[in-house]
Amino acid sequence: MAAYLPHTEADIRAMLEKVGLKTLEDLYSDVPQEFLHRGEYDLPEALSEQELREWLQGLDAQTPRLKVFVGQGAYDHYTPAVIPYLTQRSEFITAYTPYQCEISQGTLRYIFEYQSLICALTGLDVSNASLYDGPTAAAEAMMMAVECTRRKTRVLLSATLLPHVVKVVQTYAKFHGVEIGLLPADGGETSLAALQAELAKDDVAGVIVPSVNRYGIVEDHSGFAEAIHAEKGLLVEYCDPSALAVVKTPAEWEADIAVGDAQPLGIPLCYGGPYVGFMAVRKDHMRKMPGRIIGQTADASGRRAFVLTLQAREQHIKREKATSNICSNESLMALWVTIYLSLMGPDGLREVNNLSSDGAHYLYGELLKTGLFEEVFPGKPFLKEFVLKSRVSGLQEKLAKAGFFAALPTEEGYVSFCVTEKRSKADIDALVAAIKEG
Amino acid sequence: MKYYDKLIFELSKEGRKGYSLPKNQFPQSPELPLQLRRASALPLPEVSEPDVVRHYNNLSQMNFGVDTGFYPLGSCTMKYNPKINEEMAALPGFNALHPLQDAPAAEKVLAHMNDLLSAITGMHKFTFAPCAGAHGELTGLMIMRSYHIGRGDLGRTKVIVPDSAHGTNPASAAVCGLEVVQVKSLENGRIDIEALKPLLDSSVAGIMMTNPNTLGLFETEIKTIAKLVHEAGGLLYYDGANMNPLMGVVRPGNMGFDIMHLNLHKTFSTPHGGGGPGSGPVGVAKHLEHCLDGLKVSGFHGNFGVILRAYAYILSIGRENLRKVGQYSVLSANYIKESLKDLYKLPIEGVCKHEFVFDGLLNDGAHDDVPGATTLDVAKRLLDYGFHAPTIYFPLLFHQAIMIEPTETESKETLDAFIAVMRQIAAEAAQNPELLHAAPHNAPISRPDETAAARNPILKWQDTLPA
Amino acid sequence: MSKILEGLKYSESHEWVKVEGNVALVGVSDYAQKEMGDITYVDLPEEGDDVIAGEEFGALESVKAASDLISPVSGVVVAVNAALEDTPEAVNEDAYAAWIIKVEMSNPADLDALMDAAAYKAYIKE
Repeated sequence: MAAYLPHTEADIRAMLEKVGLKTLEDLYSDVPQEFLHRGEYDLPEALSEQELREWLQGLDAQTPRLKVFVGQGAYDHYTPAVIPYLTQRSEFITAYTPYQCEISQGTLRYIFEYQSLICALTGLDVSNASLYDGPTAAAEAMMMAVECTRRKTRVLLSATLLPHVVKVVQTYAKFHGVEIGLLPADGGETSLAALQAELAKDDVAGVIVPSVNRYGIVEDHSGFAEAIHAEKGLLVEYCDPSALAVVKTPAEWEADIAVGDAQPLGIPLCYGGPYVGFMAVRKDHMRKMPGRIIGQTADASGRRAFVLTLQAREQHIKREKATSNICSNESLMALWVTIYLSLMGPDGLREVNNLSSDGAHYLYGELLKTGLFEEVFPGKPFLKEFVLKSRVSGLQEKLAKAGFFAALPTEEGYVSFCVTEKRSKADIDALVAAIKEG
Repeated sequence: MKYYDKLIFELSKEGRKGYSLPKNQFPQSPELPLQLRRASALPLPEVSEPDVVRHYNNLSQMNFGVDTGFYPLGSCTMKYNPKINEEMAALPGFNALHPLQDAPAAEKVLAHMNDLLSAITGMHKFTFAPCAGAHGELTGLMIMRSYHIGRGDLGRTKVIVPDSAHGTNPASAAVCGLEVVQVKSLENGRIDIEALKPLLDSSVAGIMMTNPNTLGLFETEIKTIAKLVHEAGGLLYYDGANMNPLMGVVRPGNMGFDIMHLNLHKTFSTPHGGGGPGSGPVGVAKHLEHCLDGLKVSGFHGNFGVILRAYAYILSIGRENLRKVGQYSVLSANYIKESLKDLYKLPIEGVCKHEFVFDGLLNDGAHDDVPGATTLDVAKRLLDYGFHAPTIYFPLLFHQAIMIEPTETESKETLDAFIAVMRQIAAEAAQNPELLHAAPHNAPISRPDETAAARNPILKWQDTLPA
Repeated sequence: MSKILEGLKYSESHEWVKVEGNVALVGVSDYAQKEMGDITYVDLPEEGDDVIAGEEFGALESVKAASDLISPVSGVVVAVNAALEDTPEAVNEDAYAAWIIKVEMSNPADLDALMDAAAYKAYIKE
């Protein structure tokens, strides 16, 4: 620890003298005596760097190394070596928010690139600089829908959204004072008939539906935008941005807002975070969008320059009138995603989808062949994730012992599987063999 | 720093690849039905790996970070980010851990962190779900509302916020469905207790405070404030943005606070990452523990990677060094204040804590006959000398606010160099104010046209292309 | 020295009103636009919205500030100056030419609470 504290005894004496005090304790002379903590803090003694390393390596070693065959909002895609290498650069990772734009052009430029990439994936007009994670991005979209439509007070959530998304949006809505309605599923997909029935009540500000849902099904939203817009509500698509390389985009569904978690774009699982939420909107809703936005302009000598812009929407100016309280972004994770998409390009991202989807369909077929599983949604299109009914009890625990994280039980009593490009045919065959062995 | 003017899209060449993926060993899966397939083009850049590495290296060189130089940014606690923590956060077991997996070691880290933060703050239990300070505030206010609602006390819809508060406080309250009531500050920068008293009725859910406040001043009447608010049935929320000076000296729990958040990216040394990811765990006193149940504010377990770094930091500091963090941060702030107050307006005299606020230069340029410069000019000129600017125009109590927070990880030599430059700038403002108006001169760009950026928003690369 | 036009009514929050029959044109004073600096966006209400005297109906934004627009009169918005969406600088260029909304007044007596040019001049004390 002394390594981080450069103060020598002589320094402390000289500095105290300058401020006219005798001891370090005098710096707290204005604090009522009763609040000064007496005695020792209940903390361990300082560890040296080597001791710290050994302690954490020991904990890390206690973490079972399982091959991951589960998604449910966190996807084990491959991270190219370039990304951690570049994101660890001091100038990126130890920078503050780019308030002083003249010495933050690196951060501002990559966020501008990030915004451009999110717009390219979603097809929408404007992206912000990123939000915390997918579920909170959905919650921000919920509040934004109410703000944009005024007078309307209810937001509909599809019951096919990932469970953690539903829970976080419900939490925010409860405190923000927005009523939430759940749209039931029909055959594993959001039901248009149920949507139409709810819209008829004339109080719907927005509707949040998943592009690829909790069962892995690629949903068909034909007629959704038309029905919602006829009632002056907003359509919000919750997306896996990796899958947007191949599935119909929010813009193509005529959505007003796209949100989701950009974790599948090469961000490590890391026990759930840090990830990065994204949000893109149609231009007419730009001024109600929460979060930072970077824009292009020129400096005094006409050179291209980037700045934080449209700041009058934000909490430090609007205070209690701001659309959102967010005052940061997940900048470094946005850089992570930006580098990932730059490396992958259009062909690489499509190939990631092909490899994952082909592997998932192979696993799906092999699992059915065992006779231990039953289809839940036969014929429904999926990509990397799917659910089945299992006839084996305690399957997840059995597979964990065999070195796999797979067959995660869902709320509905199904088991969920996911395959990314990181899982080879040999991995899948080994998983199926382990299941057969029971 | 040198100017570099490319965007990744401008390096793109059709057919170029920057990825390396395994061969496809599987039979081809069925194609998606046509109406579910993406029809539009996918305009991602096509670049090689060396293109990517050079491009982002070049971008990084237009950035300033804590590893580059001194960052006296008030309220942001820009302390050194220890490198061992980066390595520990990247340990393969944690890094590859799925959030829905059984994870005894990760749970052990969170449980241990809970104990360590409780010991440091005097709170009883923490939730690690919030991903940032503002997210922590929102979570804390949700807890505050849950507490009242749980007792059937439904009329408590107001939250009191001092006029010196961070802008996020009122915004968080509004998002949480609470009405904000401001309480004004006294001449000495502290909360006006006489103004507070009449606000304390049965509609008050609580008060949000930071102590020391945003002027870096300890709220000496905190005991009275806590008593009054509690007597009125309200709760006290502690905004942990200013926790650094209290490290090892004062525990918010002992001052009567019921709920607080910490900014692990400030007080606990995790890197800011250009604006995130952070982590804003929220701690509560024992009587509020039940309000944490079922409160789901983020996807999984919060920013675990950030929490790991902060965990490593606390273990490195240990019991014997905790107090030094607080004391040295306060010593450094007072040292700068005393060394500059003859040239910069110090509105409130006395010992500050980890930060303090000047109200601009004595020669602030407001009088036509005396040459001078504004706070913005001083900030921009500092960049030329290799320092980051302080926080400026905040808090809103002063028109020319310059808020300086040095942190404990800066040496006396660095502080002396900063002081010398601030004195030099004051001299320049008197002799050659034009030099300051046009600063910075040595940065990759000069001052950009922010009005044009806001009037005609160009928010993505595609907007720059001919239609 | 800010320009103050004779014949207009002024509010304490620096809006001006020009009365044309039962319709009030509402804008912001030259003093207000100077205080704001370069205006980057005008947040407009929609035609058909109700406005209430003393309550906000929109906002002006500059790079570093946002300022609510307060309606000096009650009534219904019958027209909004949509050109300001693309050219907010028009408010800086001539604050009295750049009307923001036209209000069909429901209570013309609202006008009595406003200042005339001389009173407004004294109010801003330049």
